[in-house]
Amino acid sequence: MSQDNASVQLRAVLEQEVKKYSGWRLFFQTVIARAYPRVIGQQREKSWMFFDIFLPILAVSAYVFVYRAIQAPEDYIGFVIMGGAMTSFWMNVLWGMSSQLYWEKETGNLALYIMAPNSMMAILLGMALGGIVATMLRASTIVILGSLLFKVSYAVVSFWQLVAVFGLAMIALYGMGMMFASIYLLLSREAWHFSNLAQEPVYLLSGFYFPIKNFNFWIALGASLIPLTMGLDAMRQLTFKSGASLGFLSVQVEMGVLLGLSAVFLIAARVLLRYMERLAIREGRLTESRR
Amino acid sequence: MTSINLRSSSAYIRKPDSALGVKLRTFRLSAWLGWQIESNWADPFLFAIYSIIKPLAGAAILVVMYSVITRADFDSPIFAYIYLGNAFYMYVGQVMTGISWAVIDDREHYKTLRYVYVSPIHYPTYLLGRGVARFLIASISVVVTIVFGMLFLHLQIDLASVDWGLLLLALTSGVIMLALMGLILASVMLLLVHHMWGLGDAVASALYLFSGAIFPLEVLPAFLRPVGYVMPLTYWLELMRRAMVGEIAQAFPTLAGYSNGELLGILIGMTVAFALVSGAVFRFCEHRAKERGLFDMISNY
Repeated sequence: MSQDNASVQLRAVLEQEVKKYSGWRLFFQTVIARAYPRVIGQQREKSWMFFDIFLPILAVSAYVFVYRAIQAPEDYIGFVIMGGAMTSFWMNVLWGMSSQLYWEKETGNLALYIMAPNSMMAILLGMALGGIVATMLRASTIVILGSLLFKVSYAVVSFWQLVAVFGLAMIALYGMGMMFASIYLLLSREAWHFSNLAQEPVYLLSGFYFPIKNFNFWIALGASLIPLTMGLDAMRQLTFKSGASLGFLSVQVEMGVLLGLSAVFLIAARVLLRYMERLAIREGRLTESRR
Repeated sequence: MTSINLRSSSAYIRKPDSALGVKLRTFRLSAWLGWQIESNWADPFLFAIYSIIKPLAGAAILVVMYSVITRADFDSPIFAYIYLGNAFYMYVGQVMTGISWAVIDDREHYKTLRYVYVSPIHYPTYLLGRGVARFLIASISVVVTIVFGMLFLHLQIDLASVDWGLLLLALTSGVIMLALMGLILASVMLLLVHHMWGLGDAVASALYLFSGAIFPLEVLPAFLRPVGYVMPLTYWLELMRRAMVGEIAQAFPTLAGYSNGELLGILIGMTVAFALVSGAVFRFCEHRAKERGLFDMISNY
C-alpha cells in the first residue's frame, strides 16, 4: 500500500517537473542540445583550439612565402589567408559532420540517438549549427592573425553581400555535410579514408589558395558542386581590389548557385537520412563496429 | 630416466635470440604488421589511387599557384626547387608522423599496446619497423609525383646526370634521421592522450615552413632563418635536390657555400645526434609512462 503511494507521488513529481515536448519544440530543443557540446565542449579543449588554429596558420604561411618567392601580387597573400581560414570549415564538415554518425556508431551512441524520441534531422542540424559557431571562432582567428602577420589590405565592396554569401556558403556546405553523414553511416571505417582523401584534392579543385578562374571553365563549373568553391570566389570578389577581375562568375550568379546547392543538399540530406536509417536498421549495422 | 627425458626435450626448446637477433626479428615482424595495417582497408587498386591522388593533388596546388603567377614558366630553376622539395617532403609526413601514430593506433584504436609492449620484442625497434610501410607508400608517391612532373610539367631532370650515389646516400641517412625524429615523437606520444594526434602533423607543418622545402630560406624574415639552419631537413632536402638537378639546386644562395660532402657530413652528424637523443628521450618517456600507468590507458577521445 505504502509502495503504491510512493510510486503515485513519484509519478506526480515527474509529471510536474519533466515537460514532454513534441513537434517543433522538441525539434528545436534537440537542435540546441546537440549544438551545445559542439560550442562549449570544443572551447574547453584548449589543445584542439591550438591545433585548429596553429596548423592552418603554418600551412597558410608556407603558401604565403611561396607567393613571395615567385613575387606574386599582394592580393594573392590575402587569397591564401582567406582560403586557409575556410579550410577550417571544410575540415569541420569532413570530420565533425560527415564522419560524425560513423564515430557515434563506433562509440555506441548512434543506437541511442535513433531510439530517443527525437528527429535525426534535428541532431544533424544541431551538429551543423554548433560546428559553424565553433569553427567560426577559429576561422576568424586565422584571418585576424594572418592579416596582421602578413599585412593584408582589404577593400570590401559590400559588407551585407559578403555576409549573405558567407551565410549561403555555410548553409550549402553544412547541408552537404548532413547529406554525407547519412552516406557515411554505411561506409564504416572506409569513411575515415574517404575523409582523409577529400582534403588536398578539394583544396585544389575549390581554389583554396588561388582563383578558380585559372581552371578550364568546365573544371571550375564541376568544382562548383563543392559549395566552398563559389563561396570563396564570391567572397574574394567582394573583399579584394583585384577580386572582381579574377572572379569566375558574377557575385549574383554565384549567390544563386549557392542558394540552389543549399536547397538540393538539405533535401537530399533528409531523404538519404531516412533511407540510410531504415537500411542500417534492416541490415543490423547500427551497433556494428568494424575495426 | 628423467634426465634422459629432459635432455631429449631440450632439443625442442628454442635457444633465446641474441639482442641483435631480437631487434632484427622485431623489425621484420613490425614492418610486416605495419604493411598489413596500412594496406588492408581497401583493394589494391583503391589503395594505389589513394596513395597517388593525395600527393599529386598536394603537388598540383603548388603547380597551379606557380603557373598562375609565372604564366607557366616551368623552365625556371625555382620551379624545380619547389616541386622537388615538396615531393621529397612526403617522406617527412609519412615516416616521422607514421611512426609516432603507431603508439596511438595500438593504444587507442586496436587496444593492443599493452600486449605488444609485454611481448619479447625490442619496443623502440618495433616502432621503427612500423614506419617501413609508410616509407614504401611515401616512395610510391614520391616517384609518381616526380615522373608526373617530368612527363607533363617540363621538370628538368636528366636521368643520365642524376648523381645516383649521392641520392642513395642522402635518402638513406635522411630516412634514418626521419625515423629517429619519429621515435622521439612516438616517445612523447606515450605520455599523451589520444586527442594529441595533431602533434605529429604540427611538427611536420612547422618543419615544412622552416626547412625551405618549397621556398628558399632567404624568403623567410631574417629572424626566422636560423631556425631553418639548425634543422637537419634543410640539409637533407638540399642534398636530394642537388643529387637530382645538381646545378639548378646550387643556384640558390641558401647553402651554396657548402659542398656536397660538407652537407652530407652535417646530415650524418645530425642523424647520429638524433640517434643519441631519441634513445634518451625514449628511455625517459618509457619510464614516465610506466610510473604513471599509461601503457594500458585508453583515453577514448
